[in-house]
Amino acid sequence: MRVHGHRLAYLDSAATALRPRAVIDAMTRACTHDAGNPSRSVHALAEAATEVVETTRREVARFLGGVPDEIIFTSGTTASLNLVAQTWARANVARNDVVIVSELEHHSNLVPWQMICAEKGAELRIAPIDDTGHLDLARISFDRARLVAIAHVSNVAGTISPIAELARRAHAVGAVLVVDGAQAVAHLPIDVASLGCDFYAFSAHKLYGPTGTGILWGRASILDAMPPWQGGGGMIATVGDTTSTYREVPARFEAGTPNVIGIAGLGAAIRFTSTFDAHADQARAHAGLVAAICAAGGRILGEPELAVVAFELPRVHPHDIATLADGEGVALRSGHHCAAPLHRRFAALASSRVSIGCYTGDDDVAQFADALQKIREVFP
Amino acid sequence: MTDPRALYHATIVAHDREPHHHGPLRAATNEATIDNPLCGDQVTIRLQIVDATIVAAAFEGRGCSLSRAAASMLTERAIGSTIEEMRAFATRVEQFVHSEPDAAIPHALGELEALAGVRAFKSRRVCACLPFRALVAALETG
Repeated sequence: MRVHGHRLAYLDSAATALRPRAVIDAMTRACTHDAGNPSRSVHALAEAATEVVETTRREVARFLGGVPDEIIFTSGTTASLNLVAQTWARANVARNDVVIVSELEHHSNLVPWQMICAEKGAELRIAPIDDTGHLDLARISFDRARLVAIAHVSNVAGTISPIAELARRAHAVGAVLVVDGAQAVAHLPIDVASLGCDFYAFSAHKLYGPTGTGILWGRASILDAMPPWQGGGGMIATVGDTTSTYREVPARFEAGTPNVIGIAGLGAAIRFTSTFDAHADQARAHAGLVAAICAAGGRILGEPELAVVAFELPRVHPHDIATLADGEGVALRSGHHCAAPLHRRFAALASSRVSIGCYTGDDDVAQFADALQKIREVFP
Repeated sequence: MTDPRALYHATIVAHDREPHHHGPLRAATNEATIDNPLCGDQVTIRLQIVDATIVAAAFEGRGCSLSRAAASMLTERAIGSTIEEMRAFATRVEQFVHSEPDAAIPHALGELEALAGVRAFKSRRVCACLPFRALVAALETG
């Protein structure tokens, strides 16, 4: 593919990853063959759709280290986090309890907690990070905490949070730990058992799958006790005229016809990512991007470990960087990346961000380095 | 597709580098701030209006080269104009920025013709319009 007459160097996988043929083919097949309504109609096409959904549920469970009944299909990480806020938190967070998030959080792991804390009269405590963009564990107080919600990998700083340690400290005070895994799943092996968290959320489209498809994993004992969120078809056990009873988990949390096409794509994406070692394969590209930014005189936000590198170039606004880079065929992101508090922490109004996927190679890094030099010619 | 470097007309780069009327305006009678929530950019326009004429104008804020240059050219243009003239001018600029990339450039835009390049970049049009929207809002205050 060519962009503005140049080869495409796609460095925006943290926003959304490009999809391989296998994912597209799986979604096409879901449209052409597995075209019924799953778990409702009984004909062959519906049986095929049910098979797609339940096979993918088992694959996601294996991918995360959970069991299939702990896997809830959602529309994405945002919906998964809101589900926890609107069900578990609404039922369990009380006045003067504390919900902890961090300065790293994407707005999707901040605003739902702001909303539920405002509703409940609970305190939202912002855990600090250090100058490298890592959580400053020594300065986090877990006092009165009821729920802790933290990004596994920061979408701006590119740092990894110590989830197992956070889980121990949260559980010591009786709090649950919710992990936003949106930026982690494409770059780290995930095992919820060893992480020790209680909820784990991610989106298919950061993992080479389709948009509009996501996962919430929850510990079975916690999910079983949670009230439903959205009401509708598929989540009910019995329906009376004025009241209803609800099904078991996970059906209780999956009101409405599921996104079969997206779920088919997610299954294919998980099979695709099992064919390579994401972390090892991408370290070289990550180091190359860091070097290119330093060579152009840029300031990197924090000390990124993987996935993303956010930076500023002196005297050039991130939007101008993004537009000029686009002209060189380089797709990168500019703005606050839905992480306004983190930018305030780093005293940056906004930043540019390059991020990598399994297809990122030396040629992409070189094209990015050339683009930075050309931007410097326009804004010397 | 237009080469993005066409966006960065020499006039825009010059105004971004050394913007006119950038800073506070102590005698301001009118003031408004507009945000672009998508990117976090923000511009404040302050005006001193005497007898329906803008006698002083200044801007502050954070933004890309397009919004800074547009704010610089806008404040330059506003000084000495009447409220009605600037209201009409802001409408004309907004229509110009949102016109087709190959449409004729309207008369009497002056330096602001340098924004012609932004017409080919839909996602950047709002950058150029931000200060004009702040101006219109500021004219309603005071």
